[in-house]
Amino acid sequence: MNLSQETLRRIDEVIPHYSQKRSAALPLLHLVQEDQGYISNEAVEWIADKLGLKPINIYELVTFYPMFRQKPIGRRHIKVCRTLSCAIMGSYRSCAEFQRQFKTPLGEVSPDGEVTVEFVECLASCGTAPVVMIDDQLHEKVDAAKARELSDKIKAESAARPKTS
Amino acid sequence: MAAPEQFRLIFRHIDEPGYSNDLACYVRNGGYEVLKKAVLRKPEELIDEVKKSGLRGRGGAGFSCGFKWTLVDRKSGKPIYLVVNADESEPGTFKDRYIVHRDPHQLIEGIMITCFANKVERAYIYIRGEFPEGARILEKAIAEARAANFAGPNILGTGYGCEIYVHRGAGAYICGEETGLIESLEGKRPYPRIKPPYFPAVLGLYQCPTIVNNVETLCHVKHIVERGGDAYSKIGTPNNTGTRIFCVSGHVQRPGYYEFEVGKLTMGQLLNDVCGGPLAGRKFKAVIPGGSSAKVLKFGERYKGKRKVGAEMVDYDWGVEDIPMDFDSMAMIGSMGGSGGVIVMDDSVNMVEALANINAFYSHESCGQCTPCREGSLWMKKITSRMVHGDARAEDGALLKSVADQIAGRTICAFGEACAWPTQSFVTKFGDEFKAYPQAKKQPRPDGVPDLI
Repeated sequence: MNLSQETLRRIDEVIPHYSQKRSAALPLLHLVQEDQGYISNEAVEWIADKLGLKPINIYELVTFYPMFRQKPIGRRHIKVCRTLSCAIMGSYRSCAEFQRQFKTPLGEVSPDGEVTVEFVECLASCGTAPVVMIDDQLHEKVDAAKARELSDKIKAESAARPKTS
Repeated sequence: MAAPEQFRLIFRHIDEPGYSNDLACYVRNGGYEVLKKAVLRKPEELIDEVKKSGLRGRGGAGFSCGFKWTLVDRKSGKPIYLVVNADESEPGTFKDRYIVHRDPHQLIEGIMITCFANKVERAYIYIRGEFPEGARILEKAIAEARAANFAGPNILGTGYGCEIYVHRGAGAYICGEETGLIESLEGKRPYPRIKPPYFPAVLGLYQCPTIVNNVETLCHVKHIVERGGDAYSKIGTPNNTGTRIFCVSGHVQRPGYYEFEVGKLTMGQLLNDVCGGPLAGRKFKAVIPGGSSAKVLKFGERYKGKRKVGAEMVDYDWGVEDIPMDFDSMAMIGSMGGSGGVIVMDDSVNMVEALANINAFYSHESCGQCTPCREGSLWMKKITSRMVHGDARAEDGALLKSVADQIAGRTICAFGEACAWPTQSFVTKFGDEFKAYPQAKKQPRPDGVPDLI
């Protein structure tokens, strides 16, 4: 495992927050996923070892909790709320617009590697529906037009980025 | 009758220009003064104030907060934990988001008063994974409070110490169920525990006595201790005291959060006067009054019966617009005040499609522990999705209801009810629409009506 010094520091900081080490499983999964982009089998074993657990104790969390993923995602993660308040305000249209913009099926890395578009359940901002989270940031009242704007912004960023090959 | 004015207790400051979420701003506005006075009192007195206040939990069940605290096992010799339920996940609910993001110190002050009253030395804030910014804000606020001696060791020189930690969830709705939340905090899958014996007050986190309270509830504790339990109990209506934050979403002119005295406002006043009524050219069709698991109310239906007013029993005959927005009235007419999430649907919405959307949510979120819920929620989703995307049959409504009727009461936790109630209430109240759906879906879809599933 090639974790950054900062991640390792935060891992050691969080474990003593609990009187039983196992409680640190979710925090460690978050930290490792933020560092690595996803949870590999190696990461499962590393976290289990760190907390004195069996790998299955970590693996069963990765397969249960929707926010943990076992595969890499695109550079940006677009999460469109699918639940009732957002749906009746048009979130299916917004999601379709993101998919069209990046020519991507749901839940997969787009062909250009830029994004992964996903439907998620209620993001608890129903009063400003439809809402979308892009990485850690919430965007409110994202109708199809705003979805296009947000997509354009992501595309512009990607065009401005120096190419590494 | 016009709606009363908002009564902003919890949300007093959040929309003020210049009000920020840092300690300096909170203290400038009188923050932590209540904690300073509280730690000079006996803990038992503070619990008594909360009991006198009549405060009912704001997370969904409306359970008496003071009573919950008295159930805590204080004789076991084990540490007592406070777990703050900030896993705001009930669709339609978005009040805790604004408390956490815009006024985190109000929550921390409520937490510290609660901890002092209950002799808790360690508290965890379980915040939903989808609030990463909220988690960072809380961590910063805790560090500020600790540096100012409002949290941490030897609080305000009293010798009493308490640490607060932030714990992030990871996208599972079931973690809002208090015993599932505890399992999750222990680093496991959030499978709810069976009660008895696992009442958190006795066998909670690490099998120690544990209090689980909602974010808004803990903010109310601060205001109760500030005003005194008796004075607080005069806000609102008897048995439904204090203020309530209503989160209104969907088809109204002005969706958003509104705080009122509990029971002083009717559904009609909330939707028409406060939220500006239906969208142009539309009519209200249905409203879910307390988060998506609450039973749906149909505009045009009447609710009749007898209710207690003071010492007398009087007849009531209400339309949806007449229902007072309180715990007891909502329960009386067969739904619930729940989490205060009010989802409004107008006549553009097809109820089969709305139910298909809700069912997709519950089948995704069932933890899978109990067969009736795991299989039932999945079948209800499959049937409603098939109705929308495949063949719909006139008898599907009855089939749906027969599945739903076999879930409630047969599961470890209340998710069984939560996933069955939407189907039961939609099919019962909008049965004609379910029967007519095979024909209705052949018609061209009106312009502008979005897909829901």
